[in-house]
Amino acid sequence: MSSTVDKSAPGQATPAKSAYRQMEESIDLSAVQQPVFVDGATHELLTLNMGPHHPATHGELRLLVTLDGEIVRDIKPIIGYVHTGIEKTAEQKAYWKVIPVVERMDYLAYFFNAYAFCGAVETLTETEVPKRAQYLRVIHMELNRIMSHLVWLGTSALDLGAMSMFWYCFREREAILDLFEYSTGQRMHTRYFQVGGVMEDIPAGWAAKTKAFAEQMPTRVDQYGALLNKNEILLQRLRGVCPLDEATLLELGVTGPLLRASGNPWDLRKAMPYCSYEDFDFKIAVGEHGDNYDRFAVRMQEMKESSKIILQALEGLPEGPFITDDRKIALPPRHELATSMEALIHHFKLVTEGFRVPPGEAYFPIEGPRGELGCFVRSDGSSKPARVHMRDPSFVNLQATAPMCKDAYIADLIATLAMMDPVLGGIDR
Amino acid sequence: MPDQTGLELLAQQVGDAVPDSVLGTLHFRGQATILAAGGQIREVLQTLKDAGFAHLMSVHGVDYYPEEPRLGVIYELLDRSALDRVRVKVRVTVDAPQVPSVTPDWPTAEFQEREVLDMFGVQFAGHPDPRRILMPEDYQGFPQRRDFPIGGEPVLFTKDHGAGDYTEQR
Repeated sequence: MSSTVDKSAPGQATPAKSAYRQMEESIDLSAVQQPVFVDGATHELLTLNMGPHHPATHGELRLLVTLDGEIVRDIKPIIGYVHTGIEKTAEQKAYWKVIPVVERMDYLAYFFNAYAFCGAVETLTETEVPKRAQYLRVIHMELNRIMSHLVWLGTSALDLGAMSMFWYCFREREAILDLFEYSTGQRMHTRYFQVGGVMEDIPAGWAAKTKAFAEQMPTRVDQYGALLNKNEILLQRLRGVCPLDEATLLELGVTGPLLRASGNPWDLRKAMPYCSYEDFDFKIAVGEHGDNYDRFAVRMQEMKESSKIILQALEGLPEGPFITDDRKIALPPRHELATSMEALIHHFKLVTEGFRVPPGEAYFPIEGPRGELGCFVRSDGSSKPARVHMRDPSFVNLQATAPMCKDAYIADLIATLAMMDPVLGGIDR
Repeated sequence: MPDQTGLELLAQQVGDAVPDSVLGTLHFRGQATILAAGGQIREVLQTLKDAGFAHLMSVHGVDYYPEEPRLGVIYELLDRSALDRVRVKVRVTVDAPQVPSVTPDWPTAEFQEREVLDMFGVQFAGHPDPRRILMPEDYQGFPQRRDFPIGGEPVLFTKDHGAGDYTEQR
Protein backbone atom coordinates (compact mmCIF):
# COMPACT_ATOMS: atom_id res chain seq x y z
CA MET A 1 0.00 0.00 0.00
CA SER A 2 2.60 2.55 -0.97
CA SER A 3 0.50 4.60 -3.33
CA THR A 4 1.46 8.17 -4.01
CA VAL A 5 -2.13 9.08 -4.75
CA ASP A 6 -3.40 7.93 -1.36
CA LYS A 7 -2.98 11.06 0.71
CA SER A 8 -4.90 10.03 3.84
CA ALA A 9 -2.11 10.07 6.40
CA PRO A 10 -2.67 7.77 9.41
CA GLY A 11 -4.11 9.42 12.47
CA GLN A 12 -5.55 12.30 10.46
CA ALA A 13 -9.30 12.72 10.12
CA THR A 14 -10.44 12.33 6.49
CA PRO A 15 -12.34 15.41 5.33
CA ALA A 16 -15.98 14.99 4.38
CA LYS A 17 -16.44 14.18 0.71
CA SER A 18 -18.32 16.49 -1.60
CA ALA A 19 -21.70 15.47 -2.99
CA TYR A 20 -20.12 14.85 -6.38
CA ARG A 21 -17.46 12.52 -4.97
CA GLN A 22 -20.11 10.61 -3.00
CA MET A 23 -22.18 10.16 -6.13
CA GLU A 24 -19.08 9.08 -8.01
CA GLU A 25 -18.23 6.46 -5.41
CA SER A 26 -21.75 5.09 -5.35
CA ILE A 27 -21.23 3.78 -8.90
CA ASP A 28 -19.93 0.21 -8.96
CA LEU A 29 -19.19 -2.17 -11.79
CA SER A 30 -21.89 -4.73 -11.02
CA ALA A 31 -24.30 -5.62 -13.79
CA VAL A 32 -27.42 -3.47 -13.88
CA GLN A 33 -30.57 -5.04 -15.24
CA GLN A 34 -32.37 -2.73 -17.59
CA PRO A 35 -36.01 -3.06 -18.55
CA VAL A 36 -36.53 -5.06 -21.73
CA PHE A 37 -39.06 -4.49 -24.50
CA VAL A 38 -39.29 -0.72 -24.20
CA ASP A 39 -39.50 1.68 -27.12
CA GLY A 40 -39.76 -1.05 -29.68
CA ALA A 41 -36.56 -2.74 -28.55
CA THR A 42 -36.44 -6.50 -28.90
CA HIS A 43 -33.36 -7.11 -26.77
CA GLU A 44 -31.95 -5.81 -23.58
CA LEU A 45 -30.58 -2.31 -24.20
CA LEU A 46 -26.91 -1.63 -23.67
CA THR A 47 -25.57 1.82 -22.90
CA LEU A 48 -22.11 2.20 -24.35
CA ASN A 49 -19.76 5.05 -23.67
CA MET A 50 -17.82 6.06 -26.76
CA GLY A 51 -15.04 8.56 -26.31
CA PRO A 52 -13.94 11.15 -25.35
CA HIS A 53 -10.64 9.68 -26.51
CA HIS A 54 -11.69 7.64 -29.48
CA PRO A 55 -9.93 7.80 -32.84
CA ALA A 56 -13.21 7.99 -34.76
CA THR A 57 -14.62 10.99 -32.92
CA HIS A 58 -12.07 13.37 -34.51
CA GLY A 59 -11.35 15.09 -31.24
CA GLU A 60 -12.60 14.92 -27.68
CA LEU A 61 -16.23 14.07 -28.34
CA ARG A 62 -18.03 11.69 -26.01
CA LEU A 63 -21.14 9.87 -27.12
CA LEU A 64 -23.46 7.94 -24.84
CA VAL A 65 -24.90 5.39 -27.22
CA THR A 66 -27.93 3.28 -26.35
CA LEU A 67 -27.64 0.04 -28.29
CA ASP A 68 -30.18 -2.60 -29.09
CA GLY A 69 -27.87 -5.35 -30.25
CA GLU A 70 -25.90 -3.64 -33.00
CA ILE A 71 -28.54 -1.02 -33.65
CA VAL A 72 -28.25 2.51 -32.30
CA ARG A 73 -31.44 3.58 -30.56
CA ASP A 74 -30.29 6.83 -29.03
CA ILE A 75 -27.23 9.04 -28.86
CA LYS A 76 -26.37 11.72 -26.37
CA PRO A 77 -23.36 13.83 -27.33
CA ILE A 78 -21.36 15.10 -24.35
CA ILE A 79 -19.02 17.97 -25.15
CA GLY A 80 -16.83 20.48 -23.39
CA TYR A 81 -13.63 18.46 -23.04
CA VAL A 82 -11.56 21.00 -24.94
CA HIS A 83 -13.43 24.08 -23.72
CA THR A 84 -10.78 26.71 -23.14
CA GLY A 85 -12.89 29.82 -22.60
CA ILE A 86 -11.66 31.61 -25.72
CA GLU A 87 -14.72 33.88 -25.72
CA LYS A 88 -13.90 34.94 -22.17
CA THR A 89 -10.23 35.46 -23.04
CA ALA A 90 -11.25 37.64 -25.98
CA GLU A 91 -12.98 40.07 -23.62
CA GLN A 92 -9.64 40.77 -21.90
CA LYS A 93 -7.78 41.75 -25.05
CA ALA A 94 -7.68 44.71 -27.40
CA TYR A 95 -9.54 44.09 -30.65
CA TRP A 96 -6.49 43.37 -32.77
CA LYS A 97 -5.13 40.97 -30.16
CA VAL A 98 -8.35 38.96 -30.22
CA ILE A 99 -7.65 37.75 -33.77
CA PRO A 100 -5.03 35.13 -32.81
CA VAL A 101 -7.25 33.74 -30.04
CA VAL A 102 -10.40 33.34 -32.10
CA GLU A 103 -8.34 31.68 -34.84
CA ARG A 104 -7.74 28.81 -32.46
CA MET A 105 -11.43 27.95 -32.06
CA ASP A 106 -12.08 25.84 -35.13
CA TYR A 107 -8.46 24.93 -35.75
CA LEU A 108 -9.08 23.78 -39.34
CA ALA A 109 -10.76 27.03 -40.35
CA TYR A 110 -8.50 29.70 -38.90
CA PHE A 111 -8.84 32.16 -41.78
CA PHE A 112 -12.62 31.91 -41.47
CA ASN A 113 -12.62 32.53 -37.72
CA ALA A 114 -10.38 35.53 -38.17
CA TYR A 115 -12.51 36.86 -41.02
CA ALA A 116 -15.81 36.47 -39.12
CA PHE A 117 -14.36 38.43 -36.22
CA CYS A 118 -12.68 41.09 -38.38
CA GLY A 119 -15.87 41.43 -40.42
CA ALA A 120 -17.95 42.07 -37.30
CA VAL A 121 -15.49 44.70 -36.07
CA GLU A 122 -15.33 46.29 -39.54
CA THR A 123 -19.13 46.51 -39.47
CA LEU A 124 -19.02 48.30 -36.13
CA THR A 125 -16.26 50.70 -37.14
CA GLU A 126 -17.64 51.11 -40.69
CA THR A 127 -14.23 50.38 -42.13
CA GLU A 128 -13.95 50.01 -45.86
CA VAL A 129 -11.71 47.12 -46.87
CA PRO A 130 -9.66 47.72 -50.04
CA LYS A 131 -10.52 45.53 -53.00
CA ARG A 132 -7.07 43.92 -53.11
CA ALA A 133 -7.39 42.91 -49.45
CA GLN A 134 -10.79 41.39 -50.16
CA TYR A 135 -9.35 39.31 -53.00
CA LEU A 136 -6.38 38.23 -50.89
CA ARG A 137 -8.83 37.18 -48.18
CA VAL A 138 -10.87 35.19 -50.67
CA ILE A 139 -7.76 33.39 -51.95
CA HIS A 140 -6.65 32.47 -48.46
CA MET A 141 -10.11 31.44 -47.31
CA GLU A 142 -10.64 29.19 -50.31
CA LEU A 143 -7.21 27.61 -49.83
CA ASN A 144 -8.25 27.10 -46.22
CA ARG A 145 -11.52 25.49 -47.32
CA ILE A 146 -9.63 23.02 -49.52
CA MET A 147 -7.21 22.35 -46.65
CA SER A 148 -10.07 21.70 -44.21
CA HIS A 149 -11.82 19.37 -46.65
CA LEU A 150 -8.54 17.52 -47.25
CA VAL A 151 -8.14 16.84 -43.54
CA TRP A 152 -11.77 15.70 -43.46
CA LEU A 153 -11.29 13.41 -46.47
CA GLY A 154 -8.07 11.90 -45.19
CA THR A 155 -9.28 11.16 -41.68
CA SER A 156 -12.73 10.03 -42.80
CA ALA A 157 -11.27 7.64 -45.33
CA LEU A 158 -9.05 6.34 -42.53
CA ASP A 159 -12.18 5.64 -40.46
CA LEU A 160 -13.61 3.70 -43.37
CA GLY A 161 -10.45 1.65 -43.83
CA ALA A 162 -8.87 3.49 -46.76
CA MET A 163 -5.40 4.03 -45.36
CA SER A 164 -3.64 5.44 -48.40
CA MET A 165 -6.11 8.32 -48.85
CA PHE A 166 -4.75 9.89 -45.71
CA TRP A 167 -1.27 10.23 -47.20
CA TYR A 168 -2.48 11.62 -50.50
CA CYS A 169 -4.70 14.19 -48.76
CA PHE A 170 -1.98 15.27 -46.40
CA ARG A 171 0.46 15.60 -49.30
CA GLU A 172 -1.79 18.29 -50.82
CA ARG A 173 -2.50 19.77 -47.42
CA GLU A 174 1.24 20.23 -46.89
CA ALA A 175 1.41 22.10 -50.19
CA ILE A 176 -1.31 24.48 -48.94
CA LEU A 177 0.38 24.95 -45.58
CA ASP A 178 3.62 25.76 -47.40
CA LEU A 179 1.75 28.43 -49.36
CA PHE A 180 0.40 29.84 -46.10
CA GLU A 181 3.90 29.89 -44.65
CA TYR A 182 5.18 31.62 -47.77
CA SER A 183 2.59 34.42 -47.69
CA THR A 184 1.93 34.86 -43.96
CA GLY A 185 4.91 33.39 -42.14
CA GLN A 186 2.91 30.70 -40.35
CA ARG A 187 1.49 27.38 -41.43
CA MET A 188 -1.49 27.50 -39.08
CA HIS A 189 -3.15 30.25 -37.04
CA THR A 190 -1.52 32.83 -39.23
CA ARG A 191 -3.00 36.09 -37.89
CA TYR A 192 -2.87 37.27 -41.50
CA PHE A 193 -6.27 38.97 -41.54
CA GLN A 194 -6.36 42.30 -39.75
CA VAL A 195 -9.23 44.64 -39.09
CA GLY A 196 -9.32 46.67 -42.29
CA GLY A 197 -7.41 44.32 -44.57
CA VAL A 198 -4.53 41.88 -44.40
CA MET A 199 -1.20 42.08 -42.62
CA GLU A 200 1.10 42.16 -45.64
CA ASP A 201 0.97 42.00 -49.38
CA ILE A 202 1.74 38.62 -50.90
CA PRO A 203 5.44 38.05 -51.60
CA ALA A 204 6.93 37.82 -55.09
CA GLY A 205 6.34 34.46 -56.69
CA TRP A 206 3.49 33.46 -54.40
CA ALA A 207 0.79 34.08 -56.98
CA ALA A 208 2.52 31.85 -59.50
CA LYS A 209 2.92 29.02 -56.98
CA THR A 210 -0.69 29.30 -55.85
CA LYS A 211 -1.84 29.32 -59.47
CA ALA A 212 0.12 26.15 -60.17
CA PHE A 213 -1.44 24.51 -57.11
CA ALA A 214 -5.00 25.59 -57.94
CA GLU A 215 -4.59 24.36 -61.50
CA GLN A 216 -3.43 20.98 -60.29
CA MET A 217 -5.97 20.55 -57.50
CA PRO A 218 -9.02 19.52 -59.62
CA THR A 219 -6.90 16.73 -61.16
CA ARG A 220 -5.97 15.60 -57.67
CA VAL A 221 -9.64 15.56 -56.65
CA ASP A 222 -10.36 13.40 -59.70
CA GLN A 223 -7.60 11.06 -58.60
CA TYR A 224 -9.12 10.78 -55.12
CA GLY A 225 -12.44 10.12 -56.78
CA ALA A 226 -10.91 7.38 -58.92
CA LEU A 227 -9.59 5.74 -55.75
CA LEU A 228 -12.80 6.02 -53.77
CA ASN A 229 -15.77 6.22 -56.12
CA LYS A 230 -15.31 2.69 -57.45
CA ASN A 231 -14.45 1.17 -54.12
CA GLU A 232 -17.29 -1.20 -53.31
CA ILE A 233 -16.55 -1.26 -49.56
CA LEU A 234 -16.64 2.52 -49.34
CA LEU A 235 -19.77 2.81 -51.46
CA GLN A 236 -21.62 0.24 -49.37
CA ARG A 237 -20.75 2.12 -46.23
CA LEU A 238 -21.86 5.49 -47.63
CA ARG A 239 -24.69 4.96 -50.13
CA GLY A 240 -28.10 5.29 -48.54
CA VAL A 241 -26.62 5.29 -45.05
CA CYS A 242 -28.06 7.59 -42.38
CA PRO A 243 -29.93 10.04 -44.62
CA LEU A 244 -31.72 13.00 -43.14
CA ASP A 245 -34.29 15.04 -44.99
CA GLU A 246 -34.02 18.73 -45.76
CA ALA A 247 -36.90 19.82 -43.48
CA THR A 248 -35.37 18.20 -40.38
CA LEU A 249 -31.95 19.63 -41.18
CA LEU A 250 -33.41 23.13 -41.52
CA GLU A 251 -35.27 22.77 -38.22
CA LEU A 252 -32.05 21.74 -36.53
CA GLY A 253 -30.25 24.75 -37.98
CA VAL A 254 -27.80 22.60 -39.93
CA THR A 255 -25.88 24.50 -42.61
CA GLY A 256 -22.99 23.91 -44.96
CA PRO A 257 -22.21 20.73 -46.91
CA LEU A 258 -24.55 18.69 -44.69
CA LEU A 259 -27.54 20.80 -45.73
CA ARG A 260 -26.44 21.03 -49.36
CA ALA A 261 -26.18 17.23 -49.49
CA SER A 262 -29.94 17.08 -48.95
CA GLY A 263 -30.55 19.22 -52.02
CA ASN A 264 -30.85 22.68 -50.52
CA PRO A 265 -28.43 24.98 -52.37
CA TRP A 266 -27.97 27.40 -49.45
CA ASP A 267 -24.51 28.94 -49.53
CA LEU A 268 -23.89 32.37 -48.03
CA ARG A 269 -21.19 33.05 -50.64
CA LYS A 270 -23.92 33.02 -53.29
CA ALA A 271 -27.01 33.97 -51.31
CA MET A 272 -25.70 36.96 -49.40
CA PRO A 273 -22.27 37.68 -50.91
CA TYR A 274 -19.57 39.28 -48.77
CA CYS A 275 -15.89 39.98 -49.42
CA SER A 276 -16.38 40.34 -53.23
CA TYR A 277 -17.66 36.77 -53.70
CA GLU A 278 -20.14 38.22 -56.19
CA ASP A 279 -17.19 38.77 -58.58
CA PHE A 280 -16.49 35.08 -59.01
CA ASP A 281 -18.12 32.46 -61.12
CA PHE A 282 -18.58 29.21 -59.23
CA LYS A 283 -21.20 26.56 -58.70
CA ILE A 284 -22.85 25.27 -55.54
CA ALA A 285 -22.57 21.52 -55.20
CA VAL A 286 -25.79 19.88 -54.01
CA GLY A 287 -26.73 16.29 -53.28
CA GLU A 288 -29.93 14.43 -53.90
CA HIS A 289 -30.69 12.02 -51.08
CA GLY A 290 -28.94 13.60 -48.11
CA ASP A 291 -27.13 10.36 -47.29
CA ASN A 292 -23.49 9.89 -46.40
CA TYR A 293 -22.46 9.50 -50.03
CA ASP A 294 -23.96 12.88 -50.91
CA ARG A 295 -22.16 14.51 -48.00
CA PHE A 296 -18.95 13.00 -49.34
CA ALA A 297 -19.63 13.98 -52.95
CA VAL A 298 -20.61 17.57 -52.11
CA ARG A 299 -17.31 18.21 -50.34
CA MET A 300 -15.32 16.60 -53.16
CA GLN A 301 -16.99 18.94 -55.63
CA GLU A 302 -16.49 21.95 -53.35
CA MET A 303 -12.73 21.46 -53.49
CA LYS A 304 -12.87 21.81 -57.27
CA GLU A 305 -15.08 24.90 -57.07
CA SER A 306 -12.73 26.49 -54.54
CA SER A 307 -9.84 25.95 -56.95
CA LYS A 308 -11.84 27.78 -59.61
CA ILE A 309 -12.42 30.73 -57.25
CA ILE A 310 -8.72 30.90 -56.40
CA LEU A 311 -7.73 31.00 -60.07
CA GLN A 312 -10.25 33.74 -60.83
CA ALA A 313 -9.16 35.80 -57.82
CA LEU A 314 -5.49 35.50 -58.81
CA GLU A 315 -6.36 36.43 -62.38
CA GLY A 316 -8.34 39.52 -61.38
CA LEU A 317 -6.28 40.52 -58.34
CA PRO A 318 -6.58 44.33 -58.30
CA GLU A 319 -3.67 46.63 -57.63
CA GLY A 320 -3.86 48.92 -54.64
CA PRO A 321 -3.45 48.93 -50.89
CA PHE A 322 -3.76 45.69 -48.95
CA ILE A 323 -5.07 47.34 -45.78
CA THR A 324 -7.20 50.37 -45.06
CA ASP A 325 -5.38 53.70 -44.82
CA ASP A 326 -7.43 54.66 -41.75
CA ARG A 327 -4.60 55.25 -39.31
CA LYS A 328 -6.99 54.99 -36.35
CA ILE A 329 -7.50 51.29 -37.19
CA ALA A 330 -4.48 50.00 -39.10
CA LEU A 331 -0.81 50.40 -38.27
CA PRO A 332 1.10 52.96 -40.37
CA PRO A 333 3.72 51.55 -42.74
CA ARG A 334 7.12 51.03 -41.15
CA HIS A 335 8.93 53.66 -43.26
CA GLU A 336 6.60 56.43 -42.07
CA LEU A 337 7.66 55.98 -38.45
CA ALA A 338 11.09 57.44 -39.16
CA THR A 339 9.77 60.65 -40.68
CA SER A 340 6.28 61.32 -39.38
CA MET A 341 5.50 62.27 -35.81
CA GLU A 342 1.83 61.58 -36.42
CA ALA A 343 2.57 58.07 -37.64
CA LEU A 344 4.61 57.43 -34.51
CA ILE A 345 1.72 58.56 -32.30
CA HIS A 346 -0.74 56.37 -34.17
CA HIS A 347 1.62 53.42 -33.93
CA PHE A 348 2.07 53.96 -30.20
CA LYS A 349 -1.67 54.28 -29.56
CA LEU A 350 -2.54 51.21 -31.63
CA VAL A 351 0.12 49.00 -30.09
CA THR A 352 -0.45 50.02 -26.47
CA GLU A 353 -4.17 50.61 -26.15
CA GLY A 354 -5.55 49.46 -29.48
CA PHE A 355 -8.31 51.22 -31.32
CA ARG A 356 -11.68 52.04 -29.81
CA VAL A 357 -14.86 50.80 -31.41
CA PRO A 358 -18.19 52.69 -31.28
CA PRO A 359 -20.65 51.04 -28.87
CA GLY A 360 -23.06 48.65 -30.53
CA GLU A 361 -23.61 45.10 -31.63
CA ALA A 362 -22.94 43.32 -34.90
CA TYR A 363 -23.36 39.80 -36.20
CA PHE A 364 -21.24 38.80 -39.17
CA PRO A 365 -22.08 35.46 -40.79
CA ILE A 366 -19.87 33.83 -43.42
CA GLU A 367 -19.80 30.45 -45.12
CA GLY A 368 -17.17 28.39 -43.35
CA PRO A 369 -16.10 24.91 -44.47
CA ARG A 370 -18.75 23.41 -42.17
CA GLY A 371 -21.57 25.92 -42.56
CA GLU A 372 -22.62 29.31 -41.27
CA LEU A 373 -19.84 30.67 -39.12
CA GLY A 374 -21.09 33.83 -37.47
CA CYS A 375 -19.34 36.15 -35.10
CA PHE A 376 -21.32 38.35 -32.72
CA VAL A 377 -19.37 41.25 -31.28
CA ARG A 378 -20.66 43.73 -28.73
CA SER A 379 -18.66 46.86 -28.12
CA ASP A 380 -19.08 49.10 -25.10
CA GLY A 381 -16.98 51.87 -26.63
CA SER A 382 -13.68 50.79 -25.13
CA SER A 383 -10.72 49.19 -26.87
CA LYS A 384 -11.71 45.69 -25.76
CA PRO A 385 -14.80 43.81 -26.95
CA ALA A 386 -17.52 43.42 -24.32
CA ARG A 387 -18.67 40.15 -25.85
CA VAL A 388 -17.42 37.90 -28.61
CA HIS A 389 -19.59 34.94 -29.50
CA MET A 390 -18.98 32.52 -32.31
CA ARG A 391 -21.87 30.69 -33.85
CA ASP A 392 -19.82 27.68 -34.74
CA PRO A 393 -21.36 25.42 -37.41
CA SER A 394 -19.95 22.22 -35.83
CA PHE A 395 -21.68 23.04 -32.53
CA VAL A 396 -25.09 23.45 -34.14
CA ASN A 397 -24.65 20.62 -36.65
CA LEU A 398 -23.78 18.18 -33.86
CA GLN A 399 -27.45 18.20 -32.84
CA ALA A 400 -28.21 16.26 -36.03
CA THR A 401 -26.15 13.25 -34.92
CA ALA A 402 -28.98 11.57 -33.03
CA PRO A 403 -31.68 11.94 -35.73
CA MET A 404 -29.20 10.81 -38.39
CA CYS A 405 -27.95 7.71 -36.61
CA LYS A 406 -31.17 6.57 -34.98
CA ASP A 407 -31.94 2.95 -35.92
CA ALA A 408 -28.69 2.58 -37.86
CA TYR A 409 -25.87 0.12 -37.18
CA ILE A 410 -23.13 1.22 -34.84
CA ALA A 411 -20.61 0.80 -37.67
CA ASP A 412 -22.64 3.33 -39.65
CA LEU A 413 -22.45 5.69 -36.71
CA ILE A 414 -18.68 5.87 -37.26
CA ALA A 415 -19.13 6.53 -40.97
CA THR A 416 -21.78 9.18 -40.31
CA LEU A 417 -19.68 10.92 -37.70
CA ALA A 418 -16.84 11.03 -40.22
CA MET A 419 -19.10 12.50 -42.90
CA MET A 420 -20.46 15.12 -40.48
CA ASP A 421 -16.95 16.50 -40.03
CA PRO A 422 -17.26 17.99 -36.55
CA VAL A 423 -14.26 19.94 -35.26
CA LEU A 424 -14.24 19.81 -31.50
CA GLY A 425 -12.10 22.89 -31.13
CA GLY A 426 -14.92 24.82 -32.73
CA ILE A 427 -17.65 23.07 -30.77
CA ASP A 428 -16.11 23.65 -27.36
CA ARG A 429 -14.31 26.94 -28.06
CA MET B 1 -31.36 43.38 -43.16
CA PRO B 2 -34.58 45.40 -43.33
CA ASP B 3 -34.02 49.15 -43.50
CA GLN B 4 -35.22 51.53 -40.80
CA THR B 5 -38.73 51.74 -42.25
CA GLY B 6 -38.94 48.01 -42.82
CA LEU B 7 -37.89 47.39 -39.26
CA GLU B 8 -40.58 49.73 -37.90
CA LEU B 9 -43.20 48.00 -40.06
CA LEU B 10 -42.03 44.60 -38.87
CA ALA B 11 -42.08 45.72 -35.25
CA GLN B 12 -45.58 47.13 -35.80
CA GLN B 13 -46.68 43.80 -37.23
CA VAL B 14 -45.28 41.92 -34.23
CA GLY B 15 -46.81 44.43 -31.80
CA ASP B 16 -50.22 44.01 -33.41
CA ALA B 17 -50.07 40.24 -33.28
CA VAL B 18 -48.70 40.01 -29.74
CA PRO B 19 -49.81 43.04 -27.67
CA ASP B 20 -47.20 44.72 -25.45
CA SER B 21 -44.43 42.49 -26.74
CA VAL B 22 -42.28 45.05 -28.54
CA LEU B 23 -40.28 47.30 -26.21
CA GLY B 24 -38.30 49.07 -28.88
CA THR B 25 -36.35 48.86 -32.11
CA LEU B 26 -32.76 49.58 -32.98
CA HIS B 27 -31.20 50.05 -36.39
CA PHE B 28 -27.43 50.15 -36.20
CA ARG B 29 -24.84 49.70 -38.97
CA GLY B 30 -27.50 48.28 -41.26
CA GLN B 31 -28.53 45.59 -38.78
CA ALA B 32 -32.06 45.52 -37.36
CA THR B 33 -32.90 44.62 -33.77
CA ILE B 34 -36.28 44.25 -32.10
CA LEU B 35 -36.26 44.51 -28.33
CA ALA B 36 -38.94 42.13 -27.07
CA ALA B 37 -40.55 41.37 -23.73
CA GLY B 38 -39.02 38.24 -22.22
CA GLY B 39 -42.26 36.50 -21.32
CA GLN B 40 -43.62 36.62 -24.86
CA ILE B 41 -40.53 35.61 -26.79
CA ARG B 42 -42.12 32.42 -28.12
CA GLU B 43 -45.08 34.30 -29.56
CA VAL B 44 -42.84 37.06 -30.94
CA LEU B 45 -40.58 34.57 -32.72
CA GLN B 46 -43.63 32.68 -34.00
CA THR B 47 -45.02 35.90 -35.51
CA LEU B 48 -41.70 36.58 -37.20
CA LYS B 49 -41.60 32.99 -38.41
CA ASP B 50 -44.99 33.51 -40.06
CA ALA B 51 -43.64 36.74 -41.55
CA GLY B 52 -40.95 34.77 -43.35
CA PHE B 53 -38.08 34.66 -40.85
CA ALA B 54 -38.30 30.90 -40.69
CA HIS B 55 -34.78 30.06 -39.55
CA LEU B 56 -33.16 30.65 -36.19
CA MET B 57 -29.46 30.82 -36.96
CA SER B 58 -27.98 31.66 -33.59
CA VAL B 59 -28.70 32.39 -29.95
CA HIS B 60 -26.22 34.59 -28.10
CA GLY B 61 -26.02 35.35 -24.42
CA VAL B 62 -24.75 38.76 -23.40
CA ASP B 63 -23.99 40.35 -20.04
CA TYR B 64 -24.61 44.11 -20.15
CA TYR B 65 -22.97 44.79 -16.77
CA PRO B 66 -23.22 47.43 -15.31
CA GLU B 67 -26.42 48.28 -17.23
CA GLU B 68 -29.72 46.94 -15.93
CA PRO B 69 -31.36 44.57 -16.70
CA ARG B 70 -28.02 42.90 -16.99
CA LEU B 71 -28.49 39.76 -19.02
CA GLY B 72 -29.51 39.59 -22.66
CA VAL B 73 -30.52 36.74 -24.91
CA ILE B 74 -30.26 37.47 -28.61
CA TYR B 75 -31.94 35.48 -31.37
CA GLU B 76 -30.65 35.82 -34.93
CA LEU B 77 -33.42 35.11 -37.44
CA LEU B 78 -32.95 34.52 -41.15
CA ASP B 79 -35.36 34.70 -44.05
CA ARG B 80 -33.94 32.45 -46.75
CA SER B 81 -36.21 33.65 -49.57
CA ALA B 82 -36.07 37.41 -48.96
CA LEU B 83 -32.38 37.10 -47.90
CA ASP B 84 -33.01 39.12 -44.81
CA ARG B 85 -31.94 38.93 -41.21
CA VAL B 86 -33.44 40.36 -38.05
CA ARG B 87 -32.28 40.17 -34.48
CA VAL B 88 -34.59 39.82 -31.47
CA LYS B 89 -33.26 40.79 -28.09
CA VAL B 90 -34.63 39.95 -24.66
CA ARG B 91 -33.30 41.48 -21.45
CA VAL B 92 -33.65 39.86 -18.02
CA THR B 93 -32.29 40.65 -14.59
CA VAL B 94 -29.76 38.55 -12.73
CA ASP B 95 -32.25 38.04 -9.88
CA ALA B 96 -34.96 36.63 -12.12
CA PRO B 97 -33.18 35.28 -15.19
CA GLN B 98 -36.15 33.41 -16.65
CA VAL B 99 -36.93 33.24 -20.35
CA PRO B 100 -39.34 30.75 -21.95
CA SER B 101 -37.47 28.20 -24.01
CA VAL B 102 -38.05 28.39 -27.76
CA THR B 103 -36.82 24.81 -28.26
CA PRO B 104 -40.35 23.40 -28.92
CA ASP B 105 -40.69 25.69 -31.97
CA TRP B 106 -37.03 25.80 -32.98
CA PRO B 107 -35.23 22.52 -32.20
CA THR B 108 -31.92 24.13 -33.16
CA ALA B 109 -32.05 26.24 -30.01
CA GLU B 110 -31.52 23.25 -27.72
CA PHE B 111 -27.69 23.33 -27.58
CA GLN B 112 -27.53 27.09 -27.88
CA GLU B 113 -29.89 27.73 -24.97
CA ARG B 114 -27.92 25.24 -22.92
CA GLU B 115 -24.81 27.25 -23.71
CA VAL B 116 -26.47 30.49 -22.55
CA LEU B 117 -27.60 28.72 -19.37
CA ASP B 118 -24.09 27.40 -18.84
CA MET B 119 -22.30 30.68 -19.42
CA PHE B 120 -24.79 33.26 -18.09
CA GLY B 121 -27.21 31.39 -15.84
CA VAL B 122 -30.33 32.26 -17.80
CA GLN B 123 -33.04 29.71 -17.02
CA PHE B 124 -35.04 28.56 -20.03
CA ALA B 125 -38.46 27.40 -18.85
CA GLY B 126 -39.64 24.39 -20.81
CA HIS B 127 -36.20 23.34 -22.10
CA PRO B 128 -36.12 19.55 -22.55
CA ASP B 129 -32.65 19.07 -21.14
CA PRO B 130 -31.61 22.06 -18.98
CA ARG B 131 -28.06 21.08 -18.06
CA ARG B 132 -24.67 22.67 -18.46
CA ILE B 133 -23.10 21.89 -21.81
CA LEU B 134 -19.49 23.06 -21.96
CA MET B 135 -18.50 23.41 -18.30
CA PRO B 136 -18.42 20.39 -15.94
CA GLU B 137 -21.81 19.50 -14.49
CA ASP B 138 -20.71 20.29 -10.94
CA TYR B 139 -19.25 23.67 -11.85
CA GLN B 140 -20.18 26.66 -9.71
CA GLY B 141 -20.87 30.06 -11.22
CA PHE B 142 -21.44 31.40 -14.71
CA PRO B 143 -18.10 32.12 -16.32
CA GLN B 144 -19.12 34.48 -19.13
CA ARG B 145 -20.69 37.01 -16.78
CA ARG B 146 -18.67 40.20 -16.72
CA ASP B 147 -18.15 40.08 -12.94
CA PHE B 148 -16.74 36.53 -13.05
CA PRO B 149 -12.98 36.85 -12.59
CA ILE B 150 -10.53 35.47 -15.11
CA GLY B 151 -7.59 33.33 -14.08
CA GLY B 152 -9.05 31.90 -10.88
CA GLU B 153 -9.33 28.32 -12.10
CA PRO B 154 -7.14 25.85 -10.24
CA VAL B 155 -5.12 23.64 -12.57
CA LEU B 156 -5.98 20.01 -11.94
CA PHE B 157 -2.83 17.95 -11.46
CA THR B 158 -2.53 14.78 -9.39
CA LYS B 159 0.22 16.38 -7.37
CA ASP B 160 -2.22 19.05 -6.18
CA HIS B 161 -4.70 16.55 -4.78
CA GLY B 162 -3.59 17.23 -1.23
CA ALA B 163 -4.50 20.88 -1.63
CA GLY B 164 -8.19 20.08 -1.38
CA ASP B 165 -11.00 18.54 -3.32
CA TYR B 166 -11.80 20.67 -6.36
CA THR B 167 -15.36 19.37 -6.51
CA GLU B 168 -16.15 20.91 -3.13
CA GLN B 169 -18.48 23.88 -2.98
CA ARG B 170 -16.64 27.13 -3.41
